[in-house]
Amino acid sequence: MNRKKIRVFSDQRFIVLLVVIALTAVFMALSTGFRRYSTLLQLLDSGYYFLLMAVGVTFPLITGGVDLSIGTGMVCYALIAGTLVRNNNLPVAVAIILCLLMGAMTGFVNGVLIAVMNLPPFLATLCTCMITRGIGSMMNATPWPTGSQAGGWFHAIFKYVQGTGRRATQYPVGLILVVIVVLLMEFILNHTRFGRYTIAIGSNKEATVLSGISVKRYHVAVYVVCGIFAGLAAVAYAAATPTVQPGTGAGLELDAIGGVFVGGVAARGGYGSVLGTLAGVAVIMLLRVGLPFIGLQANWQQIITGLVLIGAVMIDIIKQRRAAIRQ
Amino acid sequence: MGEVILTMKDIDKSFPGVHALDHVSFEVCKGEVHALMGENGAGKSTLMKVLTGIYTKDSGTIIYEGKEVTFHNTREAQDAGVVIVHQELNMIGDLTVAQNIFIGREFMKGFRIDDKKMIAESRKLFDELHIDIDPQAKMNDLTVGKQQMCEIAKAISHQAKVIIFDEPSAALTEKEIEDLFAIIRDLRERQLGIVYISHRMDEIKVITDRVTVMRDGTYVGTLITKECTKEDIINMMVGRVIYEEPKTKSLVPPDAPVVLKVEHLNAGRMVQDVSFELHRGEILGFSGLMGAGRTETARALFGADPKQSGDIYVNGKKIEINSPEDAVKAGIGYLSEDRKRYGIVVQKSITQNSTLACLDRYVNGPFLNKKAEREITQKYIDELSTKTPGPDQLVVNLSGGNQQKVVIAKWLIQNCDILIFDEPTRGIDVGAKNEIYKLMARLAAEGKSIIMISSEMTEILRMSDRILVMCEGRKTGEIPIEEATQELIMDKATRNIQ
Repeated sequence: MNRKKIRVFSDQRFIVLLVVIALTAVFMALSTGFRRYSTLLQLLDSGYYFLLMAVGVTFPLITGGVDLSIGTGMVCYALIAGTLVRNNNLPVAVAIILCLLMGAMTGFVNGVLIAVMNLPPFLATLCTCMITRGIGSMMNATPWPTGSQAGGWFHAIFKYVQGTGRRATQYPVGLILVVIVVLLMEFILNHTRFGRYTIAIGSNKEATVLSGISVKRYHVAVYVVCGIFAGLAAVAYAAATPTVQPGTGAGLELDAIGGVFVGGVAARGGYGSVLGTLAGVAVIMLLRVGLPFIGLQANWQQIITGLVLIGAVMIDIIKQRRAAIRQ
Repeated sequence: MGEVILTMKDIDKSFPGVHALDHVSFEVCKGEVHALMGENGAGKSTLMKVLTGIYTKDSGTIIYEGKEVTFHNTREAQDAGVVIVHQELNMIGDLTVAQNIFIGREFMKGFRIDDKKMIAESRKLFDELHIDIDPQAKMNDLTVGKQQMCEIAKAISHQAKVIIFDEPSAALTEKEIEDLFAIIRDLRERQLGIVYISHRMDEIKVITDRVTVMRDGTYVGTLITKECTKEDIINMMVGRVIYEEPKTKSLVPPDAPVVLKVEHLNAGRMVQDVSFELHRGEILGFSGLMGAGRTETARALFGADPKQSGDIYVNGKKIEINSPEDAVKAGIGYLSEDRKRYGIVVQKSITQNSTLACLDRYVNGPFLNKKAEREITQKYIDELSTKTPGPDQLVVNLSGGNQQKVVIAKWLIQNCDILIFDEPTRGIDVGAKNEIYKLMARLAAEGKSIIMISSEMTEILRMSDRILVMCEGRKTGEIPIEEATQELIMDKATRNIQ
């Protein structure tokens, strides 16, 4: 019992949760603006796509790999699908499915390059990152339908609006979606073969192969799952951004990856959790939205995020060193 | 010993440039422990990899339980009951014991893995084998010995009929080896066929029924263990007689000066208050069981791990060693037991490896003086008789013994007078071992001082002028070679263990 208690307190997810609470408390104490309901909505709007990317990339990171193509990929899918909706009257539902398919496809290419052709993940996904950015740049700036336009229903996935104009009340229903997605992926990570083999590949790929598991198949699947989440993120991005701009998106993946590491995925792979990713992303989102309220602008947010990340990785390293000493 | 369960006949396998297996035959009976022996590169592991489907054979037949079979991967072999317990442990450290045992064939409840059932089944399995391991523990948290037990339990849970042990004892303590043998005997009782690959002659005599020897990819012969001597086996392995008598007298002159003095060295649990002296031209053997703290002592002395306290004197002068750089400056070189990880850069040439630690001596301004580098490298290739076409050969293409010589050259070029050899002959075949021994003896005779950490009793008794024994992080004995016996060393090495 006692041992269990100690384990909870040394669990990085728990520490990160405390950080989330502390940050919220500090920002709320220092700024009246931060206390507003609209701030929460703003935080969530820009948080959804970010979290979806992070949940997806948690899996490649647990295998000890990485996916750099999710940021530019996300923007690229949103642009292509948005253009088709605008110019070709593609139903929004089909556009959403298209986003997921494009994400899955990019993920599949990444997976094959990494698991079958043995390219280092950094390099393979750097290629697809450049390719998706290039394709995205060929498109024109495309707004998806706004909430009041035909096909604007998809906004309601994330934010349900009752009434119109200034009197409208907004409900962040996306929060429920996020919780469901996170719990679902946490379950998949811990209680299905796909999840278990994801951990196994990250922990000891050679041994996993020798256990008679078709590692290539699962390794590809890891990147496909990550790609699908980039597709989901594309929909959330379109919902949050008035106009999707071509050529953007580079760098967003790094924030997402940073969030995952803050959430406690081991830098060497083999360990991680989706709940941790949720907490890690919450920290980064709080910094991003909260710091301007206390007078620190975007550049400060970057610096502080970097420092937080160092802290998070240090926890991981110290834990490992302790484990090594125990041995 | 029952009927034959597995026969491999005329197995042939070539890799580009190497005829790895040349019409090799091998058989195992039910209830038999059959040793497979040979020097490194003799083809033992290749043969077993052909059997379990990791490699495809070029020709030959495998008959298992009366039927001709070909396994295409380890999974097929496992399902048929032929399981290999790998030399490098085949386990996933971040998963639990139960998750490891049932990996690839998890019990499912729909989409969900039934962890509870896996834990219960693991517990049953351990009870059956009289092993005390918590199925919910993380693999990483277990000792190497326990990890090995899990591997065996995993093999048995596959309803194995033939189990192959590939150098199972390499990383185990004496106690753990005993436990392992108890399990192997139990498996033999149950009429399983067991293949036991090992380099350790003593174990072969204790545990096996028959011995098959391979050399250079060919079958040499099969002996009944009870009816042969160690020498018979060694002669078959190397095709020549090896001299392996213990040293009877120290070769160090009584007035040899002390070159290294260590006083009250402390570094964590594994190094507690260790003091010793090393004389010029002496080979000081560090003996003890696995985990006695010998490597840790050497690493703390060398500055590779932090130490809490302790004084180090080189040639009578007190020096501060806080990093390997300090140690090298003081003339101490350390040859790690894990060559590939700490000793050499395998994908680079002999030259690049030899001068790596002292590049600043081979430069013209900002540029490397490649000619001087090559000259010094060639000098030591000749001096140590390293077998290589030239100094530009990549280290990865050298045999284990010759790789070891490259590491030795690296430290000699550095002008190190004190050399710490950590398990100098691990993973090196019998022939090359002898050469390393001769080389060490020569270095000592030339006035270098050597600390030799070794887990092989024969090696300790053969090479050392004096033996320091450790147990659980403490020095438990210091024995002049004239008084040393295996029994005395073992007694001191197990002193603190209840």
